[in-house]
Amino acid sequence: MHEMSIALSIVEAVVAHAQNEGAVRISEIELLVGKLAGIEADSLKFCFSAAAAGTLAGEARLVLEEPEGVGECGECGVRFPVNFYYAECPECRSLRVTIVSGEEFLIQSITIDERGE
Amino acid sequence: MRGESKRMCSTCGCSDDGGAVLRKPGESDYHVHVDDGGAGQHHTHGRVEQSDGSHHNEGHHDHDHDHEHHHHHESRSRHVLLEEDVLLKNNLLAERNRGYFEAKKIVALNFLSSPGSGKTSLLETIIPLLQQRLPVAVIEGDQQTTNDADRIHALGVPVIQINTGSGCHLDALMIQRALHEMELQEHSLLCIENVGNLVCPALFDLGEALKVVIISVTEGDDKPLKYPTMFHEADLCILNKIDLLPYVEFDVARCRENAMRVNHHLEWFELSAKTGEGVAEWLEWFEKRLKLL
Repeated sequence: MHEMSIALSIVEAVVAHAQNEGAVRISEIELLVGKLAGIEADSLKFCFSAAAAGTLAGEARLVLEEPEGVGECGECGVRFPVNFYYAECPECRSLRVTIVSGEEFLIQSITIDERGE
Repeated sequence: MRGESKRMCSTCGCSDDGGAVLRKPGESDYHVHVDDGGAGQHHTHGRVEQSDGSHHNEGHHDHDHDHEHHHHHESRSRHVLLEEDVLLKNNLLAERNRGYFEAKKIVALNFLSSPGSGKTSLLETIIPLLQQRLPVAVIEGDQQTTNDADRIHALGVPVIQINTGSGCHLDALMIQRALHEMELQEHSLLCIENVGNLVCPALFDLGEALKVVIISVTEGDDKPLKYPTMFHEADLCILNKIDLLPYVEFDVARCRENAMRVNHHLEWFELSAKTGEGVAEWLEWFEKRLKLL
């Protein structure tokens, strides 16, 4: 269950940025969580609501974009979708596959509310 | 679940809860909290996290821009681009640890496995052998107890125990704090025994030179396929308890093939920490590797 400590670090990071920007509330947080990033999206969402309670992010909507895994064959260079690390090249059957996408784990952006005039 | 309740310290009952605690064998009074000022603390109280300069500026640019557009609204909503690695803080701390290790010519190994694969037994076997070549120190990670640190302490090497409490992995901050509490020698070896867990520790860089994943023949030979992230992150894999092979259904070749499918750069060793079989081969490889690090 590393999702809890990860949820806490997301909350910490976005709250710090939001304070920096003079926000009174964070309404949305966009995350990029690759399918191979080792993060369970549902578990992260669950932990996030607990981690964010009572902070500027307490009512924030968590929006997850989950890029698919893409592998590149080290032998023939073909790119193909992968679900796991033990991918096999569909063209030449090589196991020398490098993951080129799907491991992303980023806080893309936040939407904040500022106090009106 | 309220923000406060999950920071309860089950270790000592003091109010600074949730964080990990450092302990030393034979020193029952010794007790240091890893103040995780970030990992667990979301009330930043004006403490401003330094973001990387470029993104910071971008945020300010947005601010000036949007400010004019939404001037008449009562409450303005604004989109701020961050593109920040979620594990940024841990990764930065890990790099600091790595810099410290490099400056002091310390080789740090991160030992990872499920509980019971023989991490501590392996350390008990290799430390007396390695100690003849270079000074060795150990950081032990467990949710509770100093049992493992006590075993290492008996070998006469410096050891510190990190009790993670509710945590399922070591992180770079815990290691940094442990390093402050130890006086590591130059040109030495630091063995970090992570919390027994094949899932979570894979994501947290500690600043180590090598990740060593250990599996034993009493586990399934499909373990690399079941927990691919860990095997993908590891630099070498040690198959332990090979003295038990005659008594268990474990296909060594298949396990190795599974591990290689997940990570074709993985170095592979088979040994028994109990009988010592295969240990010399691994140490020989390690000696060569030490010269390259």
